[in-house]
Amino acid sequence: MDNLHTLSVNVNGVTYTRAVEARLLLSDFLRHELNLTGTHVGCEHGSCGACTILMDDQAVRSCIMFAVQSNGHTLTTIEGLTPDGNMQHLHPLQTAFHEKHGLQCGYCTPGFLMTLLPFLAENPHPSDQEIREAISGNLCRCTGYQNIIEAVKLAAQKKAPRP
Amino acid sequence: MKPAPFLYFAPNSLDEALLLLAQYGDEGKVLAGGQSLIPTMNFRLAQPAVLIDLNLIAELFYVRAQADGPLHIGAMTRQRTLERDPLIAAHAPLLQATMPHIAHPQIRNRGTIGGSLAHADPAAELPAVALALNAQLRLRSQHNERWVAARDFYRGLFTTALAADEMLVEIALPSLPPRTGWSIQEMARRHGDYAIVGVAATLTLDEQGRCTQATLALLSVGEGPVQAQQAIKLLQGELPTPALLAAAAATTAQIDIDPTADIHASVAFRRHLAQVLTRKALTEAFERAKR
Ligand SMILES: Cc1cc2nc3c(=O)[nH]c(=O)nc-3n(C[C@H](O)[C@H](O)[C@H](O)COP(=O)(O)OP(=O)(O)OC[C@H]3O[C@@H](n4cnc5c(N)ncnc54)[C@H](O)[C@@H]3O)c2cc1C
Ligand code: FES
Ligand code: FES
Repeated sequence: MDNLHTLSVNVNGVTYTRAVEARLLLSDFLRHELNLTGTHVGCEHGSCGACTILMDDQAVRSCIMFAVQSNGHTLTTIEGLTPDGNMQHLHPLQTAFHEKHGLQCGYCTPGFLMTLLPFLAENPHPSDQEIREAISGNLCRCTGYQNIIEAVKLAAQKKAPRP
Repeated sequence: MKPAPFLYFAPNSLDEALLLLAQYGDEGKVLAGGQSLIPTMNFRLAQPAVLIDLNLIAELFYVRAQADGPLHIGAMTRQRTLERDPLIAAHAPLLQATMPHIAHPQIRNRGTIGGSLAHADPAAELPAVALALNAQLRLRSQHNERWVAARDFYRGLFTTALAADEMLVEIALPSLPPRTGWSIQEMARRHGDYAIVGVAATLTLDEQGRCTQATLALLSVGEGPVQAQQAIKLLQGELPTPALLAAAAATTAQIDIDPTADIHASVAFRRHLAQVLTRKALTEAFERAKR
């Protein structure tokens, strides 16, 4: 169906204007149209959390949104955490995942990081239980989650050391 | 795992949306949070020819309270807003307490109260909570408007009183009488997953501590949200002693519900959970009512 809709969206500080089919998923728009392949797709039906991105600073699942729905909004993807791509400039949350071995294959990691960013911004000193609940919508088949929880705690400490 | 093509409209006003719905009737579907609809479209279990996106209709997003009057909630109010809105916390604490049980923050950021109520998933929390709170639902079509009580809205598996050209636009929650307690209890395999069984309850006491009014609604035990009619009768006019609450829980589990088995639970296990959770819910509601 040749029904194209024009959308204009800010992703990681850059405004993109494209004409897309209404049925194009936001995850596919980011990956295939904008070549931002850091956003991963695991299940494509809202269950695994791998495709989590920020829309207007709130975590959403990009596989259960249509690209046209992002028109006029501001998105942040995993690429936005290290805008210059320099490994020396990783976000503290990324460094914490690195230091605590919060990832193995890394497939789930972008989704975890994008879920955790707004969580830590709102809740800078989370308890273990709060961390577990915050990541309950993200699946990881490698780590067993323990090191992810350690990484979140480390990130929280780094960002706002307790008095 | 890609949706089939469809015609897409994103109107800015409710009137426009209702006009489109009148025009496309059965072929048209409204898109609220998309958190149930888009997954089913990805699976191609749903292939609507026309999608009417409600996300740009600002007049459907609101929470309003009147002194002593009902709380009014626009159908597009996000689940995440209900979780955080001080008016909800003050006037409908049961609704607020329900939110963390629904999926995960990423999903509640998009999912709406209207979408969840209209979707009528028997495992969803909000339809049961709407029954427990005696919610009234405002339905609109291009030329008509009607109010339907939540208990008359649910008609079976994923089925409601909504006609093809009708939309749920508003939810009204009557304010709770004085000395009313409430509770939501559920058992899920993982925090945020659909519950294996869940219970929402309210209990109102008179000055003497007798139960003047009780509501009790369960999820995941039937084709829609289920009211525990016999158990409610048992409670009416009585002192809610532990023995009475236990008897009401047993009645709920054995008489009021007719659960089925699936990969998560057998019928016997569902009845067992219903009994345990109902007793917990009634006990907690009673404790809150006494305060
Ligand atoms: C991984 C995952 C876990 C989940 N877990 C839970 C859970 O534990 N408990 C739970 O309750 N839900 C759960 N959900 C579902 C979630 O709460 C959905 O948000 C909700 O069921 C539907 O709301 P929506 O706004 O997203 O509606 P949509 O998906 O947009 O719409 C759902 C249906 O309702 C219709 N509709 C929507 N709005 C209206 C309206 N105003 N008038 C008439 N018809 C309308 C649509 O046409 C569609 O048929 C989960 C979802 C996912 C993806
Ligand atoms: S790919 Fe989006 S939730 Fe799994
Ligand atoms: S690191 Fe492999 S899935 Fe999480």
